[in-house]
Amino acid sequence: MLEVKNVGLTLKGDNGEIQVLKDVNFTLEDKKIYVMTGPNGGGKSVTAKTIMGIHRPTSGRILLDGVDITHKELYERARMGIGYAFQQPARFKGIKVRELLEIAGGKKASVDTCDYLYDVGLCAQDYLDREINASFSGGEVKRIEIATILARDLKLAIFDEPEAGIDLWSMQRLTETFEKMNKKYDTTILIISHQERILDLADEVIMVAEGTVSEITNREKVLGEISRLDSDCMCRRSCSRGGKAIAGCDR
Amino acid sequence: MLDAIDKKLLAEVADLHEMPHGAFNIRKNGRGVERNTTANIDIITKKDKPGIDVIIKPVTKGESVHIPVILSEGMEDMVYNTFEVGEDSDVLLVAGCGIHNPGTQKAQHDGIHEFFVRKGARMKYVEKHYGEGEGSGVRILNPKTIIEIEENGTAELEMVQIKGIDSALRETEVRLHKNARLIVTERLLTYLDQTAESNITVNLLGDDASAQIISRSVAQNGSRQVFHLSMRGYARCRGHIQCDSIIMDQAQVSSVPEISAFHSDAQLIHEAAIGKIESEQLTKLMSLGMTEKEAEETILQGFLK
Repeated sequence: MLEVKNVGLTLKGDNGEIQVLKDVNFTLEDKKIYVMTGPNGGGKSVTAKTIMGIHRPTSGRILLDGVDITHKELYERARMGIGYAFQQPARFKGIKVRELLEIAGGKKASVDTCDYLYDVGLCAQDYLDREINASFSGGEVKRIEIATILARDLKLAIFDEPEAGIDLWSMQRLTETFEKMNKKYDTTILIISHQERILDLADEVIMVAEGTVSEITNREKVLGEISRLDSDCMCRRSCSRGGKAIAGCDR
Repeated sequence: MLDAIDKKLLAEVADLHEMPHGAFNIRKNGRGVERNTTANIDIITKKDKPGIDVIIKPVTKGESVHIPVILSEGMEDMVYNTFEVGEDSDVLLVAGCGIHNPGTQKAQHDGIHEFFVRKGARMKYVEKHYGEGEGSGVRILNPKTIIEIEENGTAELEMVQIKGIDSALRETEVRLHKNARLIVTERLLTYLDQTAESNITVNLLGDDASAQIISRSVAQNGSRQVFHLSMRGYARCRGHIQCDSIIMDQAQVSSVPEISAFHSDAQLIHEAAIGKIESEQLTKLMSLGMTEKEAEETILQGFLK
């Protein structure tokens, strides 16, 4: 359903141009769950944002159901059924949780707002009429962000490190929510994550490092790799990025 | 008596679609056109100058007074209104000025509103300003508001001005006595080459008096805004000013804070910020399917709500 072909991206930074993606290639199939993982700064979020249209690729092509969307605007891709839950969600002075969910989901959302909040572990009664401002904790904003994606009718939903700020008690429900979204609404899901629980959901695991896809593999291999690295490299103590790309100290 | 333009202006400034219930006084082009009083609220025309006295009896609860002003032609209008909010009463006052200026002559409405919120009384005062009209005549508003809040009294002010007024100078002075409370919410949007200046001075005179001002504004195109928000603490009191502006295009905004304490137990805080719409907010709304323009409007609407 989604084809990413030879995508490259160069961004302008303070120190001139930086190539952040090079020759990225992968295909997402209908109704599957993909987990994208790899070291920090390796290009995972940038890849996701390039699919969403927040960044426009400098080379290569992106196709959604055979349609070339490489040059489509962000809002056009959104209307075509791509959704992206930000790693660091924006806050809005004056916009209430209910309003943002209704913007996200249209009429359908105004009926089901409570369900979306329940699915991310928030009590609708306490949250619907609150403004999404600085009074919210990081975890709360993150959950609301995920709820805005649940509210939409999507072909492809991308979640950027959804576990950040979500407590362990809610992780279980969150993983169930992803499965439900995938099964009930036939949404293809791409999750950027380092979490074992989320890796468990993956039909395929896409490893991204140094601005490109280093490997497309499965969860068993990744989990095996992690346990090997755990015994091998003592990375938490004296990490020198030994072993493979996955050996980030944040693991 | 009231034509379609009048009714539209009334709807904008006073949320009135029909004749209001309760007490009201409608002033059009410098003359009173409709008035209603109730058993507890009297409205009397001033004898020495243009304007009215609104007298609310003590312990009047849940009643409202609407005093809209409409200008539907070029002219200069000046009113002096006095409000006596009786002890332990709880009322809603809605004032507003709608200007429809069809011609080239200037339309100007200057008003002085003076309020006495007596002991234990609670007043909510809503003031909306709205201007329209195809003509090139400028629309000018210079409202002045003076409020005295006695012991245990509360005043809540909502002041809204969205587009339509070419030049506004708003002066507000408040004096709070023992345990009195003030909450001010100000919303302002200017565009084209409009100018707006808001000067608010709050004097916290009595122990345990508290005041909060939340001002939010949007300046678009080549418009200019100036805010002087000043709080002065003369007793054991608390004051908080929050002044937030979104600046766009070639607009200019000045936010001039002033907090002064004349007592060691005065606690005063001033926060002010001016900035563009955050790009993360635009990106988020666009990722939900809105165009950039729609996203911008949604953000501004929420901000000014």
